[in-house]
Amino acid sequence: MRQYSTSYTIGFSAAVCVVCSLLVSSAAVGLRARQLQNIELDRKRNVLMVAGFIEPTEIPSAEQIDALFERIEQVVVDRVTGEETDISPDGFDQQVVASDLDMSQRAPANAAGVRRLPDYVLVYKVYEDDRLDQVVIPIEGMGLWSTLYGFLSLDSDGRTIRGITFYEHAETPGLGGEIDNPRWRDRWEGRLAYDDQWEPRIEVIKGRAGPPQEDPFHVDGLSGATITARGVGHLVQFWLGENGLGPYLAQLRERGELGEDGE
Amino acid sequence: MDPKQRQALLDPFFTNNPIAIQVLGICSALAVTTQMETALVMCAALTGVLATSNLVVSLLRTKVPPNVRIIFQLAVIASLVILTDQILKAYLFTISKQLSVFVGLIITNCIIMGRAEGYAMQNGPWLSFLDGIGNAMGYNIVLLFTGFFRELLGSGTLFGYEVLHNVADGGWYTPNGMMILAPGAFFLIGLFIWGLRAWKPELNEPE
Repeated sequence: MRQYSTSYTIGFSAAVCVVCSLLVSSAAVGLRARQLQNIELDRKRNVLMVAGFIEPTEIPSAEQIDALFERIEQVVVDRVTGEETDISPDGFDQQVVASDLDMSQRAPANAAGVRRLPDYVLVYKVYEDDRLDQVVIPIEGMGLWSTLYGFLSLDSDGRTIRGITFYEHAETPGLGGEIDNPRWRDRWEGRLAYDDQWEPRIEVIKGRAGPPQEDPFHVDGLSGATITARGVGHLVQFWLGENGLGPYLAQLRERGELGEDGE
Repeated sequence: MDPKQRQALLDPFFTNNPIAIQVLGICSALAVTTQMETALVMCAALTGVLATSNLVVSLLRTKVPPNVRIIFQLAVIASLVILTDQILKAYLFTISKQLSVFVGLIITNCIIMGRAEGYAMQNGPWLSFLDGIGNAMGYNIVLLFTGFFRELLGSGTLFGYEVLHNVADGGWYTPNGMMILAPGAFFLIGLFIWGLRAWKPELNEPE
């Protein structure tokens, strides 16, 4: 066998490292803009989906998404005070803020499995003819295996759920993964998130719930995925509550942007 | 194409199939085969990585000092996998989200290390490239076979299009939940190995 000197071995290894790292870093830098754009579009597509502008299976083009977003105002909200801030929503990454120690707090013990609470939350205000039609808020919390990330849309009455969606989770496909199923998500529509005292009341039960008019605070469970479905109920309650976006939604009601007008 | 090249390319299809005969790369075969679409993209990613890594390793096989050869192979494979993952994230975002960590885990796929160390270090670039394509095809055949039955029986769809009308949507077909879970893939791969050995009895170990 040919003998290699130590300096040759070191030189060879160094050359391999340089070539490989050049390849990897140029790919990462070169494709980064496109990847960020994909993530951004995916987030916006989910907002449009929960607001009912597009079908769940529809993959609209970037131009279509931007056009539909004309009607949506993105606002960064102070979670604790519920005030809207001047922070620019461009490049605002909810998950980065939630894990930044300077911009998040340890969460009090909660059933939703939320560990850190971001100080700022990006919400989406959907307008129709200059009137607020829906508010889309981000939601997250534990399922069975993984953290579920999604959006919840509330009607302008501040109480009725217009839609729910999850864009990131790692639950078992076919069981907990059914939280993605459009037919289950449809069961949330028209149910009431809050009761008359503005306490979050919506919960996921085992078995079937009645129609929304008769049984407004219950949503059908998912068979074979009791823990995931219960997790969804808990995390929705959490984000509607005082530690989540409760203060902001209360402000919107005080300002008359949300509420039972016209009834 | 001379017999040696044909052997390098075609043998791993069935007679020396990396999953069914050598039982390598099972992890991803279980993980990404619940749908045809993800299985297909995984196949393409693995084919690209395996053929290129075999080619690069073979080209440099006389230059590599033997005591650093494994780490050299790993560096090549890891770079190619990261490159593939980055490209998927940029151009096939939805599917790359579903494949999640499994593209990254190609790095640890035993088939690739096995072919680099066991074949590309001893053979020329063209033969090694063919061997890479052949072994990738052997992997692909099992993946697509498994994916086909898991998606069809587990969800009643193929490539997301409904084939068997689902009970949940008012049809007649009750999806087989086990097919969606990992054991479903174990049964299917087991059946595949059984079928392969029944077809080619010379693969059976002497009793």
